[in-house]
Amino acid sequence: MSQDMSESEENLPSEPSHAHGGDVPAVRGENAFADPGLPPHEHRRQDIDERAAKSSERTIAFLFLLSMLSTIGFIACFVVFPVDKIIYVFPFGHVSALNFSLGLTLGLALFCIGAGAVHWARTLMSDEEHAAERHPISAEPEVKAQVLADFAQGAKESGFGRRKLIRNTMFGALALVPLSGVVLLRDLGPLPGDKLRHTLWSKGKVLINQNTNKPLRPEDVPVGSLTFAMPEGLEENQERFQKEIAKAALMIIRLEPNDIKDKRERDWAHEGIVAFSKICTHVGCPISLYEQQTHHVLCPCHQSTFDLSDGARVIFGPAGHALPQLRISVNEEGNLIALGDFTEPVGPSFWERG
Amino acid sequence: MSTTAENSQRRGKAPAGERVADWADGRLGIYGLAKANMRKIFPDHWSFMLGEICLYSFIILILTGVYLTLFFHPSMAEVVYDGPYAPLQGQRMSDAFASTMHISFEVRGGLLVRQIHHWAALIFVAAMLVHMMRVFFTGAFRKPREVNWLFGFLLLVLGMFTGFTGYSLPDDLLSGTGVRFMDGAVLSMPVVGTYLSFFMFGGEFPGTDFVPRFYSVHILLLPGIMAGLLVAHLILVFYHKHTQFPGAGKTEKNVVGMPLLPVYMAKAGGFFFLVFGVIAAVASIASINPIWAMGPYRPDQVSTGAQPDWYMGFSEGLIRVMPGWEINAWGHTLALGVFIPLMIFPLVLVAIAIYPFVESWVTGDKREHHLLDRPRNHPVRTGFGAAWLSWYGILLVGGGNDLWATHFHLSLNQITWVVRIGFFVLPVLVFIATKRICLGLQRRDRDKVLHGRETGLIKRLPHGEFIEVHEQLSQEALHTLTAHDQPKPLEAGPEVDENGVERKIGPITKLRTKLSHGFYGEASQIPKPTPEEHAEITSGHGHH
Repeated sequence: MSQDMSESEENLPSEPSHAHGGDVPAVRGENAFADPGLPPHEHRRQDIDERAAKSSERTIAFLFLLSMLSTIGFIACFVVFPVDKIIYVFPFGHVSALNFSLGLTLGLALFCIGAGAVHWARTLMSDEEHAAERHPISAEPEVKAQVLADFAQGAKESGFGRRKLIRNTMFGALALVPLSGVVLLRDLGPLPGDKLRHTLWSKGKVLINQNTNKPLRPEDVPVGSLTFAMPEGLEENQERFQKEIAKAALMIIRLEPNDIKDKRERDWAHEGIVAFSKICTHVGCPISLYEQQTHHVLCPCHQSTFDLSDGARVIFGPAGHALPQLRISVNEEGNLIALGDFTEPVGPSFWERG
Repeated sequence: MSTTAENSQRRGKAPAGERVADWADGRLGIYGLAKANMRKIFPDHWSFMLGEICLYSFIILILTGVYLTLFFHPSMAEVVYDGPYAPLQGQRMSDAFASTMHISFEVRGGLLVRQIHHWAALIFVAAMLVHMMRVFFTGAFRKPREVNWLFGFLLLVLGMFTGFTGYSLPDDLLSGTGVRFMDGAVLSMPVVGTYLSFFMFGGEFPGTDFVPRFYSVHILLLPGIMAGLLVAHLILVFYHKHTQFPGAGKTEKNVVGMPLLPVYMAKAGGFFFLVFGVIAAVASIASINPIWAMGPYRPDQVSTGAQPDWYMGFSEGLIRVMPGWEINAWGHTLALGVFIPLMIFPLVLVAIAIYPFVESWVTGDKREHHLLDRPRNHPVRTGFGAAWLSWYGILLVGGGNDLWATHFHLSLNQITWVVRIGFFVLPVLVFIATKRICLGLQRRDRDKVLHGRETGLIKRLPHGEFIEVHEQLSQEALHTLTAHDQPKPLEAGPEVDENGVERKIGPITKLRTKLSHGFYGEASQIPKPTPEEHAEITSGHGHH
């Protein structure tokens, strides 16, 4: 084959006329100082002094013996220590006696086997270096020629290149058949629909204080503290609880009405009490850090910071838009209620959010 | 009848081991295999055991993982906790969380195995990264080992995701927060994001499907692929024969070291026990992922200082320092603040993965390499590797910006800005500094070859001058220090050919020659001392 030789010479650049010039990288070892060859083997003490060898042997045997003892210790600890026993071990503090003792005995049993084997290899096994030859990875030209000829023969006998109709329909069939597998994945989940647009909040829903599990009243919301609320009717023992609270979680603070810079926020508040989605608009962590002097809230996951006195706009961090506000008021019993659902989707942005 | 006679005849001669081996050879052809491999030579260097740590921690992960599956329930069915851990009694939680509590508090040794499993996972990924750096900085990825480099790279990436799906399984507050983050990242993908999220969670987040789904990915799909890649990786190591550092008697055509049987059987086999022993000891004294302290996952609760396992830290850094850009148009939202980090995340990894191919293209080097480079002798490669590490490192800092702020009493906002700027600037600075250090070390090698080693002995000459005595290096050392290549940069060739006709030099060729000059030009290597220079200096008088 004429291309055989090009393999070793494709040292670039693409112009063949220069493939032989200064483009060929320097030959390995060019200008190297002469190689004196492998240094003579130096004997270790164990190779020439049988007493030293015996001492190594004893050390190794001792390590293996220690491993055996440790394993017995492991079994003993497993039997002796109750699973809930806590002991004080300096400097680790109060630890589970079982975990501590099992781990150390197991660790020692394993480590001693390793240490023994390595010590054996280093002191008693021959440390004479040998040189083995390497052989090129690529096949000899004759082998390659034979393989190419065989392939051509096989391809010809199959008629693969000649009978294009068979070839193309086979490609078509092979390309289509995985589609069944893709279709089978369809029932992994329902389509999103508008599920991300709605939460459990609706007009008249009472805000339930998550600490007391009682309806939240304006007088329960002191200045300078963060209160968490969920919609009435949502109970922790319901199956839907996790996915509903993931959208409906609410945080409530009381501001001086005059401190509220954003007009809409003031309109949607009740006597300075404002309710915002607790779910960060970045990637959906619940926001939980409140700075009462500045009315900033900070998401502890990625540090997006929102100004609750100014429409919960983003003032720092990776969040892309303000926290949605829930419009609230008071019903005839004096409980805080929602005046509707959030007007925009809560939580992280998604393509259809708009 | 004759076979019985033959057997009884043999029984007197051949030992039992040989007879077993004969039996196996007749069916598996083991003698042929053993001939090639039993006394296979492996070179010795401490850095060659980094890959062994990866292999052994993977084996430990499989062993402990199988044990954990015997007790863990991959189910999100709600249960009320009534186990021995008092602070959580009466709390609602998923069966996954409750069974992890059961493993930790009621199964004897369960906590130990859980902790060994988690520690081994951290060590596994760390060892893979360090092993990859060893291969990178010594140029062990060059032909014929590029494919094995890719296998190793895939193992690293799969290891990261196996880790992520694994630590999400207990359904605790910390890992649930990580899953929520992943959901937010998926949601940011244009057009398909919302659908992907619903398909992944079987509906709205968090749903009741992700733990069993992550479970099969974690214990079957990913480890299965990894086991296959790992075997392929090892077969190639055997097939290519191990690389070696240059030195006396070591060439591109040989491999110098000690035989597999017995030395490496003992050393490598023993090392498995050393690694396992150390991890077991660590697991007995250092608590990891104490899920009881975090409690079960609730989407409306979170703890401060939430951190992923370390290997996911750089993606956390990307997501934390990215400005919150968002485009709203035509009724759609493009959350660039999340989507861009999601796209850079694989890019960071791919940047290092494709490097071998870039280097071989730029330098035009298509030869086989079995002698390793000292990092200093390839200043551009070493600079790139160090720059990549600094890039990775600054993102890790960004991923822990809250912890840096609280531990070192710094401003969180300032750290974030430092990372934002450092993301672009730091790798450049590190590249320049590393390259200069490499060149400095090359000069030092040149000096040592020509003038010998500083002995620390001061000699007073008759006329009162003090000199330091330099000692000539041994021939071995001289050879070792000068055994490396100093390739010449590629040239685009003359602008006119021999007939005086202008040659067209394409932009790609131009770029390539330019890069090649960057790699091997005068600014990137200090000329090696030649034996002639050395002879001239040492033979002349007045040399000291």
